Amino acid sequence: MRQRGLVLSIYALGTYAFLHLPLLILAAFSFNQSRFMVWEGFSLRWYQAALHDAQLLEASWNSLIIALVATLFSTVIGTLGAYGLWKRTSRWLAGSLYLSLVTPEIVTGISLLAFYEWIFRYLRVQLGMHTVILAHISFSIAFVVIVVMARLGTMDGHLEEAALDLGANEWQAFRYVTLPLILSAVIAAALLAFTVSFDDYVITSLVAGVDSETLPMVIYAIARRGVNPVLNAISALIVFGFGSLILISERLRAR
Amino acid sequence: MRHKSAVSEPGAILELREVTKQFPTHRAVNRISLRVARGEFFSLLGPSGCGKTTTLRLVAGFEDPTSGEILLNGASIRHLKPYQRNVSTVFQNYALFPHLTVRENVEFGLRRRGENECARRVAEVLELVELAGKEARRPSEISGGERQRVALARSLVLAPDVLLLDEPLSALDPNLRKQVRAELKQIQRSVGITFLFVTHDQEEALAMSDRLAVMHAGELEQAGTPEDVYLRPRTRFVASFLGALNWIGEVGVRPEATRIARSEMEAGERARRATVTRSTFLGNCFHIEAQLEDGQTVVAEVSRLAGPFATEESVLVWWRDEDELRFP
Amino acid sequence: MRRLRWWFLAPSRTVMLLLFLAPLAIILAYSFESRGAYGGISLPWNIESYLRFGDPLYLAILWRSVWIAAVSTLGCLLLGFPLALYISRAGTRKNLFLSLVILPFWTSFLIRTYAWMFLLRDTGLVNTLLEKFGLIHNPLPLLYNDGAVVLGLVYSYLPFMVLPIYAALERLDVSLLEAAADLGARPWAALRHVTIPLCAPGIWAGAILVFIPCLGAYLTPDLLGGGKSVMVGNLIQNQFTTSRDWPFGSAISLALMAIVMLMLWASAKRSGENLL
Repeated sequence: MRQRGLVLSIYALGTYAFLHLPLLILAAFSFNQSRFMVWEGFSLRWYQAALHDAQLLEASWNSLIIALVATLFSTVIGTLGAYGLWKRTSRWLAGSLYLSLVTPEIVTGISLLAFYEWIFRYLRVQLGMHTVILAHISFSIAFVVIVVMARLGTMDGHLEEAALDLGANEWQAFRYVTLPLILSAVIAAALLAFTVSFDDYVITSLVAGVDSETLPMVIYAIARRGVNPVLNAISALIVFGFGSLILISERLRAR
Repeated sequence: MRHKSAVSEPGAILELREVTKQFPTHRAVNRISLRVARGEFFSLLGPSGCGKTTTLRLVAGFEDPTSGEILLNGASIRHLKPYQRNVSTVFQNYALFPHLTVRENVEFGLRRRGENECARRVAEVLELVELAGKEARRPSEISGGERQRVALARSLVLAPDVLLLDEPLSALDPNLRKQVRAELKQIQRSVGITFLFVTHDQEEALAMSDRLAVMHAGELEQAGTPEDVYLRPRTRFVASFLGALNWIGEVGVRPEATRIARSEMEAGERARRATVTRSTFLGNCFHIEAQLEDGQTVVAEVSRLAGPFATEESVLVWWRDEDELRFP
Repeated sequence: MRRLRWWFLAPSRTVMLLLFLAPLAIILAYSFESRGAYGGISLPWNIESYLRFGDPLYLAILWRSVWIAAVSTLGCLLLGFPLALYISRAGTRKNLFLSLVILPFWTSFLIRTYAWMFLLRDTGLVNTLLEKFGLIHNPLPLLYNDGAVVLGLVYSYLPFMVLPIYAALERLDVSLLEAAADLGARPWAALRHVTIPLCAPGIWAGAILVFIPCLGAYLTPDLLGGGKSVMVGNLIQNQFTTSRDWPFGSAISLALMAIVMLMLWASAKRSGENLL
């Protein structure tokens, strides 16, 4: 028994190494003085290069704006939707939310592209930040609904009844009793939606306009061209940043 | 907006007329009619699933009746939302708002009415339930018994016409129950609010109620004072639910009314010969199981002073005429 | 009560209808139309696009996609089951170990995929180290093939396998294992005859959760497979950009959706549970 415990532990350690080493190595080499695989000393030059690159900065700014706006809308819409579904389920809404999660991103992306092109026949608009934002709202809502509904599921149903019994109307019961109790889950959902939106490449690349290049799109372009240590620096920043946000989100969910 | 209660009809503060609640799967409440008098402690008693909690929820407004009328102070409240009715509920698990302090919980209803200067009334009601000093605590920081008192205070402070209580003692420790029972009764007496109390415990109902109604499978079997219902049950169900009962043929006799005699002098004319099968000493009394000649067994509750009876002893079982319970 | 709920659901319903279902309806329509002169859409209606599935070229792509997805799923199972087992036995540190599996997943999919490019390319870390230690003289072609894609997919979707299996293991009644031991089963036998069969629903759930995104993968085969490992997702993207054959791209998309939904339906029937 103990021997098997050891085998399992080694196996687990190996698997964890498999999961974490690639990113750790990537981050480690972001501090490499040299642009090649040989270690030539510690340096922050690639970070400086990244933070001074105009294209990167503009793309990051775009990504930030898109993620913030999309997160705001998807969190509000998703929270209200989760509450509505919790009261009494709507099969087609629950079904379409679920479908949006399992649909391959490429399919979501091209269907939105087709949809936009069709709309553009009748409206005088083009692909741009707004089309990306709308797309992000669409695929983020399901994440928010899942997180908020999970929290609602742990809530005592009698609490809202008690609020009504004591004189609060339906809106007041939501505002004064339910919302405070799900607030940490709502924030956790928002953080999740933010990272999902910021990181999206597939859908964004299909529906973005000429002026709305996002950071993932730039990263993709650089990655395709060849080895570039600047990418390591960007990667380290993003992974660390997102990792922290998700950690906070998990803490809030567990409250 | 709250509906102001109409000028009171003499007597009944709450009336249910032929109230029925039909769910897709079953009929929970079937044509219940009852009247609760102002200031009364009225219990709905019955086994689980008999419809008593549904009835309570119908009065509170959490369910709509399929048919029938619900009148509060003579005015129909059937179509009013819970927050428009002047009744308040104490839930079985108390439903205290976990994110609010004791004070904020108790204030909740008053604030929704727009009364923001309520410190005095909150303090008063917390005194009444003996929770003064715990205003700043959260529900998770106080005991089960204290939580129940907060729930009570939260509802009482609104001065409802009727206070609805859904098995409030069932979540408490058994040793705590008797004490809380007395406290609840005392509070009801001093405040004078009408209580509609739901329970499955017949001892609770008998001890606390001014009047009670026994429910079974959605039907109201009998309503009356505790003595009425215990001594003069109208149906077999009521008789056997409220206490133990011996059936001798068509006649029912309570164990405490079933007497054991050694000689024919003590027993009356109707005495039956029986053999003691078991004698259990319970401290203040004996439970004597005896088998009659025709095979039926009875249990008699015999005072300790009447002395022990030995197994296999031949005795006479008898009872007074007025202790017989017969059902049509 | 009902009116408020209607208002609460309205925004979600609007977004889902306009920005998810309507687009799907549009490509459904497009799949039955023809390619226009300038790459757009034109009538007449036909089922030409669907008939092209029979072309060996496309069948090969479909077959490769299924194959890669299946191998990736198997890989996730072989790595994920022992890991889930380990975590379920970790006592008080279960949550820590679980987070260590989930956390990387939520950082950045793109960057995690890039990390393997960094490691596996000809001038990447693996090749550099191997040459340095004299094990090889020329760089191994580790990148731009099916194997690299499988590696990338396993790396990306391992948490999807670990979580359901872990959940199933947690639900397992420990006394059953004690009973097995009591009846003479040695640890390996108990694993084979008690633990694994009882975890079967979790294993199936994990397999479905991994297989479906792998089947529809785009970014991983694109970056790690180069042009050499074309999967269905790449084919679809190609139709909507370079080839400008929207009807065909739509048809493939719908076929993919159909396969996905069929698998979910079959899995739901099997387990009677909702994966959500």
